[in-house]
Amino acid sequence: MKPAIPLLQVKDLAKFYGNRVGCEQVSFNLYPGEVLCVAGESGSGKSTLLNTLAFHQRPDAGSIRYDLREEGVTDLATLPDARLRELWRTDWGFVRQNPADGLRMRVSAGANIGERLMAVGDRHYGDIRGVAKDWLQRVEIDETRLDDAPSSFSGGMRQRLQIARNLVTEPRLVFMDEPTAGLDVSVQARFLDLLRRLVAELRIAVILVTHDLAVARLLAHRLIVMRHGRIVETGLTDQLLDDPQHPYTQLLVSSVLNA
Amino acid sequence: MSVQDGYNFAYLDEQTKRMIRRALLKAVAIPGYQVPFGSREMPLPYGWGTGGIQVTASLIGADDVLKVIDQGADDTTNAVNIRSFFRKVTGVATTEQTREATLIQTRHRIPETPLAAGQILVFQVPIPEPLRWLEPREAETRTMHALREYGVMHVKLYEDIARHGRIATTYDYPVIVNDHYLMRPSPIPKFDNPKLHRNPALMLFGAGREKRVYAVPPYTDVRSLDFDDHPFAIERWEQPCALCAATDSYLDEIILDDAGNRMFVCSDTEYCAGRQAAGHKGALAA
Amino acid sequence: MHEPTLLSVRHLGKHFTLHTQGGTTMPVLDEISFEVARGECLVLDGPSGAGKSTLLRCLYGNYLASSGEIQVREAGGLMRIDVAQATPQQIIELRRTTISYVSQFLRVIPRVSAIDIVAEPLQALGRDAGAARDKAAVLLARLNLPERLWHLPPATFSGGEQQRVNVARGFIAEKPIMLLDEPTASLDAANRAVVVAMIREACLRGAAVVGIFHDAEVRDAVATRRLPLSPIVAEQLAA
Repeated sequence: MKPAIPLLQVKDLAKFYGNRVGCEQVSFNLYPGEVLCVAGESGSGKSTLLNTLAFHQRPDAGSIRYDLREEGVTDLATLPDARLRELWRTDWGFVRQNPADGLRMRVSAGANIGERLMAVGDRHYGDIRGVAKDWLQRVEIDETRLDDAPSSFSGGMRQRLQIARNLVTEPRLVFMDEPTAGLDVSVQARFLDLLRRLVAELRIAVILVTHDLAVARLLAHRLIVMRHGRIVETGLTDQLLDDPQHPYTQLLVSSVLNA
Repeated sequence: MSVQDGYNFAYLDEQTKRMIRRALLKAVAIPGYQVPFGSREMPLPYGWGTGGIQVTASLIGADDVLKVIDQGADDTTNAVNIRSFFRKVTGVATTEQTREATLIQTRHRIPETPLAAGQILVFQVPIPEPLRWLEPREAETRTMHALREYGVMHVKLYEDIARHGRIATTYDYPVIVNDHYLMRPSPIPKFDNPKLHRNPALMLFGAGREKRVYAVPPYTDVRSLDFDDHPFAIERWEQPCALCAATDSYLDEIILDDAGNRMFVCSDTEYCAGRQAAGHKGALAA
Repeated sequence: MHEPTLLSVRHLGKHFTLHTQGGTTMPVLDEISFEVARGECLVLDGPSGAGKSTLLRCLYGNYLASSGEIQVREAGGLMRIDVAQATPQQIIELRRTTISYVSQFLRVIPRVSAIDIVAEPLQALGRDAGAARDKAAVLLARLNLPERLWHLPPATFSGGEQQRVNVARGFIAEKPIMLLDEPTASLDAANRAVVVAMIREACLRGAAVVGIFHDAEVRDAVATRRLPLSPIVAEQLAA
């Protein structure tokens, strides 16, 4: 199962904001199909880490190497802008906490899903629409909503639409920033289950930032716990949650019910 | 030649004209690319063609023959004002005849009479950036242009079809120039888009408020965006022009009375008049 | 008769350091060594607090061993992996192919039906969904779980019903090593007998079973060997 080459190799990564540490000394490997949760309280540097990993901002130190489909393992710092942006809209996805930041709120659900296809050169309206309809069903949105704008959708539907919009190109790596944080508890379970199924079915590697350890328990193979911009503990999700070693992880785990 | 006292030839000073011409040279060198320029205050408000006027002013010479049209007509307020402005500040000859003109400034149309090599067509542009509707950041749209990331433009056409069953954009229809830059052709009807393709004339676009000029040099490829299963098509009318019986021109619908009677006539007044003078008679011609 | 050893534990120690309680150290296991061969059912004996569940969890990689080694022979291979040192990826792979674990409580996944929860370990081994579900149905029927419950998520099931779902999930993939933590605790006599029969069958097919059973009758029925454990007391620590 474990292939020889990790999909993503992160080494001694650091990001600073002036004198303030965003994150530093972050190293890990991510394998294809692996779901990695980054947990920590707000201000722990987990969102900074996510944005740096996705190369939305350049790291100040360290390297990120990704196993590109064509070129193989490549240091992202050496990748031309055009290729990086292509990566963002094809082989990678990025799901934002607030769906309004990740969707075009005033264009139809179909166009939201179809955008990546059109960006890679699909020029057949009927085909694009067919794929969009199919994805709408996969994320459990009634296909009659295909031509409706997400501004008329509930929070849960919007977040599921954002998933469809990202997964339509079948990316191998998807970054997610607190995707459940804005959802009502009553719709979280559906969203998480859907995410769990799709990620397993498509063998997508995921780096998911969350402060909710129950989300990590349900989705993640592995867990990274961050504090003050550094990794304090990392390991198998259930081992880390049931037998945490680091004082901070113990505190974090003991402060929540039923994680 | 009676040029208005106290003004430089063509209103703008020579340094400004030179600056605009440099921007235009760059625009011609990179077809469809929006070149920033130092747009000046003009004695007309923004939205009245200040971009086009500055381009015209920077190019016009004493030997030029100027034609100005607005929505195809030579006799609307905007066209008359701009024409008289240039007459005052340059004293050049003006004309309504497309064939006679060396320089044509236009708002919202390309003349029906085919243009010839050596002629220059200057468009007045309200909003030059085709990607603005989906991306408000200038730095980002510039990157998108540089990398030819135009897939999102199809999102707009997709929306059209999803809402109306067809591409409902009828004017300012986006084009790709010289296989690279996405360009707004200004609010001309899409009927005129095919005329942009490999036109022998030089076509220049000026946006005064947005401070941009761009160009389609002679004989440049210009392709309208579309889908394989919804190909680009121009407007068609079921009847010919009511005055000159033309079947190959862009027609305006004119309401005749409160009873809903209407007629369709050429939007290009000079073309229509020329056909009528040559003996073509439409159904409602006097 | 010399059956190959599938699981070998040497000098295993486990203590918890409670940083939230001022760094108190709680020793639970000390110098535990044993081996389990094909076809054996090793029953962990000892009073509550002796560390029986902790030992099982260490074997499963759920708890991190503090010292010693846990050698596991990977299914289909001759490779031995030390669970105490393995990477998360290795442990996930061992759990997929080699080790199953039946805990006392079912961890419910939202919206997933009982039959899919049971079928999942088999699907993870590459069996198609239909075949996996068929086998899940056979197991659930054998454990007398009413058929009307099969397609419901077990969140609302009774303790006994959930436990039977858990047992079926633990047995479906016929892993070489099976860890059972009180699998019969909330079952009635009839279902207890079914589980006993299933454990015996597992041993017959060659599984190495390590189990904790509250019920003496079950213990006697399945054990081929016993490992006595006792709580660590302060004097032992000092010595």
